[in-house]
Amino acid sequence: MTRTPFRIGFLPLVDAALPILARELGFAEDEGIDLSLVRDLSWATVNDRLLYGHSDAAHLLAPLAIATTLGLGRPATPLSVPFVLGLNGNAITLRPDLAAQVTRVGAPGDVTAIGARLAAVARAGGRRLRFGVVHRYSSHNYMLRYWLIGCGIDPDRDVEIVTVAPPFAADALAAGEIDGICVGEPWNSVAVDRGVGVIAAVTSQIWLRGVEKVLAMRTARMEEDPDLTHRLLRALYRAGVAFVDRARREEIAAILARPDYLDGSATLIGHAISDRIVFARGAEPVDVPDFMFQHREAANFPWVSQAAWLYAQMRVAGHARADADDYLTAQRVFRPDVYRAALRPLGVPLPGASSKLEGGIVDALGVGTTQGRLILGADRFFDARSFDPAALDEYLAETPVP
Amino acid sequence: MRIAIVDESAGRAAVIEEGLRDAGLSDVTIFVERRGIAARLEALSPDVVLINLANPHRDELEELFALSRAMARPVAMFVDQSDTAGIEAAVDAGVSAYVVDGLKKERIRPILELAIRRFRAYSRLRTELDEARSALAERKAIDQAKALLMRKRGIDEPAAYAALRKAAMDSGRRIGDVADAIVTADRLMGDL
Repeated sequence: MTRTPFRIGFLPLVDAALPILARELGFAEDEGIDLSLVRDLSWATVNDRLLYGHSDAAHLLAPLAIATTLGLGRPATPLSVPFVLGLNGNAITLRPDLAAQVTRVGAPGDVTAIGARLAAVARAGGRRLRFGVVHRYSSHNYMLRYWLIGCGIDPDRDVEIVTVAPPFAADALAAGEIDGICVGEPWNSVAVDRGVGVIAAVTSQIWLRGVEKVLAMRTARMEEDPDLTHRLLRALYRAGVAFVDRARREEIAAILARPDYLDGSATLIGHAISDRIVFARGAEPVDVPDFMFQHREAANFPWVSQAAWLYAQMRVAGHARADADDYLTAQRVFRPDVYRAALRPLGVPLPGASSKLEGGIVDALGVGTTQGRLILGADRFFDARSFDPAALDEYLAETPVP
Repeated sequence: MRIAIVDESAGRAAVIEEGLRDAGLSDVTIFVERRGIAARLEALSPDVVLINLANPHRDELEELFALSRAMARPVAMFVDQSDTAGIEAAVDAGVSAYVVDGLKKERIRPILELAIRRFRAYSRLRTELDEARSALAERKAIDQAKALLMRKRGIDEPAAYAALRKAAMDSGRRIGDVADAIVTADRLMGDL
């Protein structure tokens, strides 16, 4: 059988794991796909390659897929997200001396209390604190802003937020260009390992089970060959099953660490994929059971309500216009229908609903499915707010203005 | 027309700059170092920013372009969607550009076309250089392998070369690869 060539663009991050494993563990080949991966160092390049046909799909920031579809900063090109590549998995790493003022160094703390102490530092009248995020349209930016606002810090006036590409996070902290950064793994751990940063919070403490990277395709490309899209999604799903297999962790860390993929330390990558985080250099690794989700509890399901939450944050940040059509367009980027059609033959649990009340699950909850049994864990926000996609205006009206 | 070239490859940047100057565009500044680039770009306030597609700092620069109050805001060249062929040629060649809004297409197009030609010429040059280097490395490995065979088997140079060629033909490999294997094996085994 001739295999169909298919290219996926990615950035060297732990949450690029599923496409990499779909290739390296043979799941793509099993589906008749000759999968190749194209590594870049900036999201702008990954996006350009996707839009102009150098790649067929991309490991992409969820909000960037929405921004590209809405035409923010460039002409609108419709993108679709039929599969989520991971939830959470990022952290906020601070300069060690700043961390010492706001958290117990080396251990996870209460993010509300840490935020309150950070607010005190930000208002103490010294130099304005500067935070790095990996992209203007990134979950990192929106989660950081959500946390700062919730702690009474105005992300535009009290502090400054700039863009720093993930591989340069540790350098920027070391050079004093930034005081803290919200970035994905292994780049927090690299900063910790070099002693130039201390992890103050992980993003699952801000929004547990918040959407992170997605598989994005040009909608036209996705729809011209539905069978190919379905086969790809099945290969990615099987890669997720392998990812959570404890017996394969070392093998997986070694694959991800290779020079053509993350080009990093298998030890540090191994920590992230086993949810064991070293918060400060010299500290013991701490079990953070909900650090990142690559598979369990239907983590790959593109909940329309998660796209809606991101649009709401884009509104709060002033990145997106107040426009009912744009809101609908943003939600339609996420394609649970394609996910269900692709995975139905595998007999795996498929949520019956496409949208949920985000932040509404306090304790593990069985949810309606079209097949299989599915228990979803808590999805709380740190400030205990919830987000109902049907009530965007009320949500925005209730969002505190620092 | 004030042009900035942002490229981690100083060699490629120089090749493009030379092309621009030959075309009579003399207001050209090259940025190779990342440090301080935002402030220096803002101070320069260029009309056109040419940047290699895979530059690792594009996200930072796009953020600067979106927010800067000091400089006229350059937008991605891709904003002009009517020119699909031009955009694809640029992406294929590995060029990306940001252009201050409102600048006439007729003025930008020759610059972009020149950059594309120069990018292509540069990568051709690189490929030729890589090929020349690997040919040189192969020549060296063959010489080393011949010397090893002559010393260890007490044969002369034509016989050593014939042995290499036969081994290559028998195993369906290139003679350079066989020579490389012999040199590597010798390094590993030493005098065993």
